[in-house]
Amino acid sequence: MIVAEQKSLEEIKELVGDANKVLVLGCGTCVTVCFAGGSREAAIVAAELRMASKLDASPKDVTDATVQRQCEWEYLDQAAEQVGNVDVVLSLGCGVGVQAIVERFPNAWVVPGLNTTFMGMPIEQGVWAERCAACGDCILGLTGGICPIARCSKSLLNGPCGGSIDGHCEINPEIACAWQLIYDRLKSKGKLEVLMDIQPPKNWRTSRDGGPRKIVREDLRLGKEE
Amino acid sequence: MTAMTNSLQIIAYCCEHCAYAAADLAGGLRMQYPPEVKIVMLPCTGKMDVLLALQAFEDGADGVMVAGCLPGDCHYLEGNDNAKRRTDYLQTLLNEIGLEPERVKMFNLSSAMAGKFVEAAKEMTEKIVKLGLNPLRERIKDEG
Repeated sequence: MIVAEQKSLEEIKELVGDANKVLVLGCGTCVTVCFAGGSREAAIVAAELRMASKLDASPKDVTDATVQRQCEWEYLDQAAEQVGNVDVVLSLGCGVGVQAIVERFPNAWVVPGLNTTFMGMPIEQGVWAERCAACGDCILGLTGGICPIARCSKSLLNGPCGGSIDGHCEINPEIACAWQLIYDRLKSKGKLEVLMDIQPPKNWRTSRDGGPRKIVREDLRLGKEE
Repeated sequence: MTAMTNSLQIIAYCCEHCAYAAADLAGGLRMQYPPEVKIVMLPCTGKMDVLLALQAFEDGADGVMVAGCLPGDCHYLEGNDNAKRRTDYLQTLLNEIGLEPERVKMFNLSSAMAGKFVEAAKEMTEKIVKLGLNPLRERIKDEG
């Protein structure tokens, strides 16, 4: 899932600025399960903004709503009327959600209430960790299912480096060395020979280095045949 | 001062297994506690909802007490520990909003501790008297 965290109320207040009517729009998917931008968080942020603006002697009319997914227009359309009735939409979706609202409702002024942080998972309640960097050319089959791109600080393909200390990364002793994890995993599966293959430099064009990415599936597209 | 305390509103979210029973016992023992404290019974302080407490402040409550079981004695094992973390979080939210974080506090007591409940209610009331009424009240009044 996409993991995000809320911006501070101070930053949110600045982003909302002088707008009087504000819609805090939550998203019911990834940011709901990481407790950053679901319906509860939208209600909390709306209450915070109402109270803070009253204390600042410029009370705002702040409402909240949540759609199942901000990144799909079919769901966004359900909030069309509310979006049209306000001066600013404070999106509690990820960066995709913010942009989807802008694309669907070009007349709306939309600001982000979250910092979209990474693709990851909860490793315990209240703790999320990065697991995928969306490099576009998955190599998990070579590394025992542990991603060195997302989890090694240097994204090494042939690790570990000299900074691996007792299974931890030199940049922060709280970070596990991904290559130690890979080694341990392959050893436990009796597949250490996999590591004997030296991996050539990765083709990063499938990642962000190739510019904004897009997938087209002709078999799924709608429309007339040529 | 009297006029002010008469209008104070302190919401006490009380666990039914401890603080609520302690308040009941205090009543049975004819122990006086400030009438400004309004009790809301919860099945456990683990049910204390940050949004609910925020809405209490938005609607003009001057303070919020969260009263749960003694550490290690939660009927549901760890509801009171969870409530403590949520109370701390609520304090950070109040601070961001511009209200004093001291307006919310968690207390731990057992069902037999009627005296402790009375003390907690008095402590909270005295603290809120010092802090003054929730400044949002004036704004609410202005809006009519």
